[in-house]
Amino acid sequence: MSDTTTNTDTRGFVRKLADLDKTAVAPFLALAALFVLGAFINPNFLSIDNLLNVLTRSSFIAIIAVGATFVISAGGLDLSVGSMAALVAGVMLLFLNSAAIDGDMAMLCVGVVVAIGVGALAGLLNGTIITIGKIEPFIVTLGTMAIFRSVTVWLADGGSIAMKSTSMRALFRPVYTGTFVGLPIPVWIIAVVGILAAFILYKTSFGRHVIAVGSNEDVAKYSGIHVNRVRAMTYVLQGICVAIAVIVYIPRLGAATTTTGMLWELQAITAVVIGGTALRGGVGRIWGTICGAFMLEIVGNIMVLSNIVSEYLIGAVQGTIIIIAMLVQRTLQKKK
Amino acid sequence: MQTNQPLNASNVPVLEARGIAKAFGPVEVLTDISLTIMPGEVHAIIGENGAGKSTLMKLLSGHLKPTRGTVAIDNEPVSFAGPVDAEHRGLVLVHQEILLAPDLTVAQNIFMGRELKRGLMVNDREMNRQSVEAVRSLGADIDPTTQIARLSIARRQLVQIARALQVPHRVVIFDEPTASLTPIETDALLKVIRDLRDKGVAILYISHRLPEVAAIADRITVLRDGKLIATRNASELQPVDMARLMVGRDMSKLYPEREDTAAHQTVLDVKNFDVPGYARDASFSLRKGEILGFAGLIGAGRTELLEGVVGLRTGHGQIAFHGKPVKFNTVRDSMAAGIVYLSEDRKGKGLLLAQDLRTNLTLATLDKFTKGPLIERKREDNSLDKAITDFDIRARRRDLLAGQLSGGNQQKLLLAKMMLLEPSIVIIDEPTRGIDIGTKEQIYKFIADLAKAGKSVIVISSEMQELIGICHRILVMRSSRIVGEVTGDAMTEEEIVVHATGVKINEAELYSAGNA
Repeated sequence: MSDTTTNTDTRGFVRKLADLDKTAVAPFLALAALFVLGAFINPNFLSIDNLLNVLTRSSFIAIIAVGATFVISAGGLDLSVGSMAALVAGVMLLFLNSAAIDGDMAMLCVGVVVAIGVGALAGLLNGTIITIGKIEPFIVTLGTMAIFRSVTVWLADGGSIAMKSTSMRALFRPVYTGTFVGLPIPVWIIAVVGILAAFILYKTSFGRHVIAVGSNEDVAKYSGIHVNRVRAMTYVLQGICVAIAVIVYIPRLGAATTTTGMLWELQAITAVVIGGTALRGGVGRIWGTICGAFMLEIVGNIMVLSNIVSEYLIGAVQGTIIIIAMLVQRTLQKKK
Repeated sequence: MQTNQPLNASNVPVLEARGIAKAFGPVEVLTDISLTIMPGEVHAIIGENGAGKSTLMKLLSGHLKPTRGTVAIDNEPVSFAGPVDAEHRGLVLVHQEILLAPDLTVAQNIFMGRELKRGLMVNDREMNRQSVEAVRSLGADIDPTTQIARLSIARRQLVQIARALQVPHRVVIFDEPTASLTPIETDALLKVIRDLRDKGVAILYISHRLPEVAAIADRITVLRDGKLIATRNASELQPVDMARLMVGRDMSKLYPEREDTAAHQTVLDVKNFDVPGYARDASFSLRKGEILGFAGLIGAGRTELLEGVVGLRTGHGQIAFHGKPVKFNTVRDSMAAGIVYLSEDRKGKGLLLAQDLRTNLTLATLDKFTKGPLIERKREDNSLDKAITDFDIRARRRDLLAGQLSGGNQQKLLLAKMMLLEPSIVIIDEPTRGIDIGTKEQIYKFIADLAKAGKSVIVISSEMQELIGICHRILVMRSSRIVGEVTGDAMTEEEIVVHATGVKINEAELYSAGNA
């Protein structure tokens, strides 16, 4: 059981193939399968334009889900992200409408900072209550979900908050509709957020601590890791990701309504789970998560293109996907 | 509930392994094992970790299927469909780990999955009554409505045994049942096993603790490297012979030499230290190069006291480190000062079982492996290479998960991890629990080398022989207090037991009646 054996390179390679973590590869295989399915249903599906379009639309969820990957890898959960998105959007729009600073560009820049600040604070609130209060994240974020949503409705007076200045709208819109070196800007933002997140999670000691805390909080504590600080920080990162998603989202519609971000928590958590991150913590897969968000949007796209299933049922399909993803994860883990 | 077969006069083995072998993939972990278990005998299986004991148990109890050979009951070859099938045939395995629901009561656990009913409702009164009996037949008295979480490990173990024995049994397999028990609790358990044997039950007993095997076994089978080395009558085998057969070499010098440290300066001085609920008014000091033992029954507060000292628990009192008063609010503070604590709970608090060796090794010292925000994997790998050599960590592959290592190698990895903090004081809680004798020797030598290099070591252990063998001085705790100190020639099991239990030697002997 504890012998040291040496292998030739070829055997090592074959073994590596066999050992390849199936939960890590599964999301990309599923994505490939969806491509094939989409191509059969509608030849236009595989066009670059359509795929980029789908990727662009998946950006909000992808960015939020990257944050959720940190929270879930550390053994937490954040149900408040949808409401938080609405709140951040509402506050940001109110600020933009206040015309507090001269010049649209300056306003927008400060608005972005405000949004990220509000997101980070909302995340910090979640993280602090969870760690200091020692309350289940499920309950805390269920509570803040209601709080954030309700405050947004109150800020909007029960209606919606729209961007007043048309010139500012025109200035902001390219963040969603524009392109840079041939790729839509939201796609660039996904890439940057993904690279940064992967760097933090895989290459820094904070990322290692996140995995350690999610893997076994006691071991982390006995190893001298600030468990509470690490956990709270994952919620702050989640808040910042929500804010970034909102910054991409606002130029799309130019308004926040009482239903902004509805069920985004479902989609974000689904994307994380499809991506191969373990819901019990200890495993985090940034690129799997982004792949998962992409898949969710593709499923919607295929439903629209095919007319086989009513697109009103998209929520049902996504709900089904998260359950199937869990089953697949469970089966793959058993085989390990 | 117990259905005990009458003593089988015909000398037919109740359970028999006929040339069984087990391979996982291309690796054969068990080769051609043949042995018999007779009714009314205690047959002990001993061997180092990785010798194949657990695999053999799993084959005999239906958890695994042999690759070759057969298992026979009453001379009839059988093929178990699974552990439940084996239980139906009267084969019961008492697991090493405690597998009980902590929030349920003793009775609820004993009857879990086979609750007694009256109509549609569970019959709590009857289950409570029978639980009292079941536990009493094991020589203990536990209120059946107590929550498992409120019981000591030893009592949980008893409940687990009571639960296992609820099934009609002819063969009971004990897998290292005393691993977390103190000597007195061990004696009580051995008495239970003798009672079972006297009723004609066949016992298969797996243990690392050789004196205990000598005390209980009728026959002993030694495994080494997946092969059966010998099956002998216990009367023909002294513990030292057993050890030699197990490791294939002479084990007479298990404990290393000690250096005299009486004149060395004090490095740690703890005064009037309280850990609420666990330790009261504890005062002790530690010298440079000294190995200080903490003995006592489980639950005496040893672990909690030292966890309190290093800042893992809330505690109050004075601590002087190299003469200066210090306060460790969190474990980071004590680590920074150069004091490390290695938990007794290797799997729960020491290592991330689902992560690889590298991640585990550097977890407490990641700051030393970063350049800017970036972890330098290359340096981590070098450090792992060094740890594997220095601590003789035997892993088939470097990318194994910590959970895939044997207990001994996990302990070495944990040692390597904490030594990266370059401590001057090392506190090791149960350094050799669940570890084979060959690795034990290595760990003792390592502890002795630490002390020779001028570090100070505190060892908490429930194995008195080990404390006596390696420590300069032993403190004994009882019911949250340090009640005694033994040094030099006074370091005997008897002396420690007197302090640990508060009973006079004669009474203690009463408890351990029957212990050879």
